[in-house]
Amino acid sequence: MIDFGYTPMPITVHNMDKADLSLAKWLAERDETFNHCISCGSCAATCTAGKFTDFSFRELTHSIRRGEISKAFSESEKCMLCGKCILVCPRNVNTRNIVMLIRKANQIFKP
Amino acid sequence: MKKEGKKKIWSEYQKEIADDKFYFVRSCIRQTFFPGSDTAYLKILRDVLGKDVYEDPNHTTCTGIAYHTEVVPFSTIQTVVARNFALMRENGYENYTPSCVTSFGIYSEILDTWHHFPEEKQRTRDYLRKATGREFEEPANLVHTSDVIYKFRNEIAAKAKYRLVNKETGEPLKVVDHIGCHYSKMFPSKGVGGAEYPQVLAGLVETFGGEVIDYPERRHCCGFGFRQYFVQANRGYSISASKKKFASMEPYKPDLIITNCPGCNYFMDRWQYALEEMEGKTYGANGEGIPVLSYEEVAGIVLGFDPWKMGLQMHQTDIEPLLKKIGVEYNPDDKYKGPNGEDLGLPKGLKFIKD
Repeated sequence: MIDFGYTPMPITVHNMDKADLSLAKWLAERDETFNHCISCGSCAATCTAGKFTDFSFRELTHSIRRGEISKAFSESEKCMLCGKCILVCPRNVNTRNIVMLIRKANQIFKP
Repeated sequence: MKKEGKKKIWSEYQKEIADDKFYFVRSCIRQTFFPGSDTAYLKILRDVLGKDVYEDPNHTTCTGIAYHTEVVPFSTIQTVVARNFALMRENGYENYTPSCVTSFGIYSEILDTWHHFPEEKQRTRDYLRKATGREFEEPANLVHTSDVIYKFRNEIAAKAKYRLVNKETGEPLKVVDHIGCHYSKMFPSKGVGGAEYPQVLAGLVETFGGEVIDYPERRHCCGFGFRQYFVQANRGYSISASKKKFASMEPYKPDLIITNCPGCNYFMDRWQYALEEMEGKTYGANGEGIPVLSYEEVAGIVLGFDPWKMGLQMHQTDIEPLLKKIGVEYNPDDKYKGPNGEDLGLPKGLKFIKD
């Protein structure tokens, strides 16, 4: 293998026909506000945990909608559950409850 | 939307392509990397189709690469382009045919600028007059050289010795058509078939008997992208874009990639080698690479031109598997011989994918 001084990045194509949307469906069944999110990013902008880590609730919902379930599980552990995001959400998404549900799903979905 | 509906929408994107008397302008990078491609184009136009093509030794690069990397300012490139237009008229021609898609995009952009901002055109006139004493007129017809080959595709097919068909199985070859971004993404009305369904290469492939593959990343950039490549630290972006395309087309088992842009031809050819070196991965059948050819190289193959005189050995991804599939008669021993038959020796330090 030759080191050219640069490397290709992993391919980030998401084939939505093959995406595992089981977690998205599971969450929406338990908290319908999950489907109300418009990905405006207000939650991420006000997030205390996001100030010190790379946590973003917006990115978390994107991961779930793309079927990146294991990434969603690990990301959900970064939330401090302070609830500031609930206060700023223009769509009244129950963000804290959704994070709690993701953590719960982590226990159920794991083999 | 059904495919027929899409074709209908884009079918109105047609353009006038001149019949004869072409003023030919070279690509700065293509004649260096694939020197036989321009030669093949001129041979097809002059010897096969009997057209009048004039190549002026005084013409220059459009400076497009420097413009896109912000080395050359807009006023300078306008003046350089105006000088080439002036040379065309001085030689009695009015149909301008650049062989580079970047150049074609530059000319289209500048003509559009002059249409909307006449003061820019006047300023360019002043600059050109002060610098060279020349006057210029816009071309009557501006088309890319792939448009010219597309226009005469039926005449070429009528004289063809081979077809894009697998000699053993009789099946049409699966061909990926890759259109340079600057051909019609900036000005859809300037491309045959517009931006989404350009026919310029697909029509050529179908006329020559091949089958065009419609794969997910068909309209994705080849990975050149100028500043993604020129700065070494950014080259990961360039090769990642190419890798995404190769991975997307791989399941369709393409036999050939045809391009109409020198940059696309170069990057899709060379990056296959780089990816093989970096990751040990090839995207063609049997561990081979996917041959990458320009439109006139493909036309030259079907017309029965000697592949080595067209310079096809300059492609890093080996094209011999393709020649064998089509059943082209060629001498493998002539691969590294010069124009007068002298032995040039094997390339040093160059590894061909599964040669």
